[in-house]
Amino acid sequence: MAWGLLKYGFSRRYPARRDIPPTPDLKPSYDVVIIGGGGHGLATAYYLARDHGIRRVCVLEKGYLAGGNTARNTAVIRSNYITPESVRFYKESVELYDGLSAELGFNLLYSQRGQLTLAHSDATLRTFRQRAEVGRFCGTRIEMVDRKQIRELVPGLNLEMKRYPIQGGLWHPDGGTGRHDAVAWGYAARAAELGVEIHQRTEVIGLSVDNGRVTAVHTDRGMTQGGQVVQAVAGMSSQVAALARIRLPIRSFPLQAMVTQPLKPFLDPLVSSAGLHAYVSQTARGELVIGGGSDPYPLYATRSTLDLKESLIGHTLELFPFLAEVRLLRQWAGITDMTPDYSPILGASPLKNYWLDAGWGTWGFKATPVAGKRLAEAVATGKLPAILEPFRLERFRSFDLVNEMGATAASH
Amino acid sequence: MKILRCPLNGPRNISEFACFGEVVEMPEPAETGDDAWADHVWNDNNTAGVVREWWCHLPSSTWFIAERDTVTDKILRSYPASEVYGERRDFKAGTPPT
Ligand SMILES: Cc1cc2nc3c(=O)[nH]c(=O)nc-3n(C[C@H](O)[C@H](O)[C@H](O)COP(=O)(O)OP(=O)(O)OC[C@H]3O[C@@H](n4cnc5c(N)ncnc54)[C@H](O)[C@@H]3O)c2cc1C
Repeated sequence: MAWGLLKYGFSRRYPARRDIPPTPDLKPSYDVVIIGGGGHGLATAYYLARDHGIRRVCVLEKGYLAGGNTARNTAVIRSNYITPESVRFYKESVELYDGLSAELGFNLLYSQRGQLTLAHSDATLRTFRQRAEVGRFCGTRIEMVDRKQIRELVPGLNLEMKRYPIQGGLWHPDGGTGRHDAVAWGYAARAAELGVEIHQRTEVIGLSVDNGRVTAVHTDRGMTQGGQVVQAVAGMSSQVAALARIRLPIRSFPLQAMVTQPLKPFLDPLVSSAGLHAYVSQTARGELVIGGGSDPYPLYATRSTLDLKESLIGHTLELFPFLAEVRLLRQWAGITDMTPDYSPILGASPLKNYWLDAGWGTWGFKATPVAGKRLAEAVATGKLPAILEPFRLERFRSFDLVNEMGATAASH
Repeated sequence: MKILRCPLNGPRNISEFACFGEVVEMPEPAETGDDAWADHVWNDNNTAGVVREWWCHLPSSTWFIAERDTVTDKILRSYPASEVYGERRDFKAGTPPT
């Protein structure tokens, strides 16, 4: 056995496969410099190279690939928002996810098993009705469901919780999950094949600005220049933008999540309750992923707190009382870049060659493909695609916000 | 459990408080252009480091100022707002938009 393994391991016919090449030296200049090697930065690089033939691209990542929010999220992918602008945008992302494993040759474990959001009050039911109508109008699969249908969708769910029994739900068959780190690695591997350079452990520490343009990007591994420069740094958006002397309507909050020990499969759809600030899904391994609302005050520390765990577990047990004996396996937090309207900031900045991919808060994983594809289009052509128009930074100057707070908080 | 000291009620669990953002000077509305006003309404320093913020102890509705480090999650000091704002500030009546 051991001999066979060794023979196989050293055989030239089975060379070791590296997903991405080791970090090269920084070149003096690139056509596009992307700051941040999370899913968004890597997807932008991939689409620049694939769709627009722009291959002199580098991605600068201060830590390791996808070590930020890309590998910390709870992997919910959905398009059941409330404004038509958002539904159209996130719907395009859901559609891109559909063919992405095959396109990237990387198994993203994309699994579209539907998302059920629960209402515990008349007020929530009314907003669900609106989301269902808007969603149907935009061509997504979404409908209101009553208690009987909820019981059929999720047999173990406790509908009779005291004080706030479940009154109805919003059923979104398009909702699902994907393996988050695989999304980043899939994009990275294919982008690298097309010539994109990925520089891990390379922190951007300064930006030179002259005459309304970024003229140099300073890193802890030396200086480089980019014809166009993109920032996609999630929780650090304000700090990196400040290097270019740009102020953003963003505040950074920790978002915590946790995972239980593996259980026999019992939960097919994703279940989410905005009223209880909790959502639960079961992974292919059987673990339950539990997430909820943000921390109560801005912070850059990825510590976990007992306060949040207690409330999250309490609410999860209201939904599934039989989980009381189950143990937690892991807990973690990521720093999320929250905007006032719970919508992202995408597109041009006040500088001529500087682009923003920021304000993804607690909801940006699902948007990785569409943000990368459409921002690449904007950077390559210099023209903002119509689908990104609503998410311009200027909306805060004209007070033209895209309010998704109700459709985002605690349902991710 | 994290403890924040309320100047009126002493040390309490931080879950009894709400944070209302950094202490910044509000520009004079009657003399501020649209861009500067939008900047004041929406933009935020989002400081990574020591910040001076408005906090409120919710059960007693006590407003005060606290200094904390947003990187280490340490609270450094909390004190009554009168330490910063000694006297009342009145804003000029603006002309309503036409
Ligand atoms: C607990 C949790 C649960 C979530 N759940 C969901 C969910 O279910 N569904 C969903 O859609 N979204 C969810 N999100 C949000 C989602 O994870 C993010 O919006 C998304 O991953 C952002 O991707 P990104 O590539 O922009 O950021 P990141 O993956 O954070 O990448 C940014 C990168 O920039 C790097 N960087 C920062 N500063 C510098 C610098 N100066 N120089 C170089 N590099 C730098 C960082 O190291 C980091 O790797 C969740 C987030 C958290 C924390």
